[in-house]
Amino acid sequence: MALRKPPLREAHAARDAKFTEFGGWDMPVEFDSIRTEHAAVRESVGIFDVSHMSEVEVSGPDATTLMQRLTTNDVTRLDPGDSQYAMITDEEGTILDDTVVYRLPDEEGERYLFIPNAGHDAEMHDRWTAHREERWLDAQVNNVTEEWAMFAVQGPDARDAVAAAADGAADLPKFEARYADVGGVRSWVARTGYTGEDGFEILCPWDEAEAMWNAFVDDHGCTPCGLGARDTLRIEMGFLLSGQDFDPETEPRNPYEAGVGFAVKLDTEFVGRDALEAAYEEGVDEKLVGLKLLDRGVARHGYDVVDEDGHVVGHVTSGTMSPTLNEPIALGYVPVEYADPGTRLRVAVREQEKRAKVVSTPFLED
Amino acid sequence: MFEVPEDRKYLESHEYATTDGETATIGISDFAQDELGDVVFVELPAEGDDVTRGEEFGVVESIKAVSDLYAPVSGTVVGVNEELFDRPELVNEDPYGEGWMLEVEVSDADEFDELLSPEEYRDQTE
Repeated sequence: MALRKPPLREAHAARDAKFTEFGGWDMPVEFDSIRTEHAAVRESVGIFDVSHMSEVEVSGPDATTLMQRLTTNDVTRLDPGDSQYAMITDEEGTILDDTVVYRLPDEEGERYLFIPNAGHDAEMHDRWTAHREERWLDAQVNNVTEEWAMFAVQGPDARDAVAAAADGAADLPKFEARYADVGGVRSWVARTGYTGEDGFEILCPWDEAEAMWNAFVDDHGCTPCGLGARDTLRIEMGFLLSGQDFDPETEPRNPYEAGVGFAVKLDTEFVGRDALEAAYEEGVDEKLVGLKLLDRGVARHGYDVVDEDGHVVGHVTSGTMSPTLNEPIALGYVPVEYADPGTRLRVAVREQEKRAKVVSTPFLED
Repeated sequence: MFEVPEDRKYLESHEYATTDGETATIGISDFAQDELGDVVFVELPAEGDDVTRGEEFGVVESIKAVSDLYAPVSGTVVGVNEELFDRPELVNEDPYGEGWMLEVEVSDADEFDELLSPEEYRDQTE
């Protein structure tokens, strides 16, 4: 199947970006070097093209009911301009996706935009429309993924870059968003991101993407960053990656196992609630933990986690060499009895057992 | 354009070997280090180990990927660049110089004839 292309595919190629398939999209993985791009975000400011992320808009008289029913967090807490991290779970409480829900300002009623992971747009659109039909709800559900380009401007200098480019968006509080004029383009600007740094996510019309990207890169000093650096930045924070740290087919997990129970509000009614209430009360058998390798090597997705007696007890879901710490770090599932920080374990790296220990996340101290 | 020095020969999988004398110096090409990105770890055999042409002799890991290393020639390892264990980034910075990996006492000098010439290798990577 042909890969979907972000609006700036050719512009990124002209900057000598390397590309990779990500959720069915042909995305820049690296412009210069992952290490350089990672450092730019930790120390100054970088910009990511995240136009592969999905966007689904939900509006109408029953929009709130529909959102509340299909996400685990409590959307009734959102005022226009607020955002919220949430899980989308099935009847068994298994995570299908994680998402950020924005409540959009709308004089006529409730309107939401939520951001499923790359390649999940059709599935989530179907899930929302099927549920709407089943429950006879009055809501419009639109897959607007290819109407909106999305950029993440991240790093300690992100505020300055957005202040220079955008009219009145740089003062947004964390997790809040508003429409703003960015370089003459009406955009949805949110003080959110997935790197652990201060930053903004900006949605602009697909056709305006190039002008916006060039303004941030050429006029406001943002380093172009690929998804490789986004991955190392998010692992350092212990943030989940869809398809690796959870996946309904290959890594079926509930939010308590994945360490995102904070995004589940059991006092709301949503698909999977009863199963998750039981999981909450009974506790889980396995948990996602941070691991640091004490020997040389890199722990990667799929490698076994072994106890000190040589028994396989778990597996790595994400791993890399942390560019900030210069140490090999990983996320993986282990039985709860091995999940306390300080527990000694091993990771089987190409048939060699490397010493590791459980550490709390984020890996980076504040 | 990637650097492809004339004083060595190449394997399709992007390793190089020098061709002068009885000892070969082995490493990976400029093209390979660029494809891999930031190298963070190198696993190499020890002195005295044998390597066989076309077979794996070690692993190079970058931030984003793991790649096997294949021996361009057969022989006995007589030198290992231990500097790479502390400074794997030398593979990126100077693949043909300080980023070398192994010195091998060559067991069959004819094997060099089967490697790609600089021109053939350049054609492959363009």
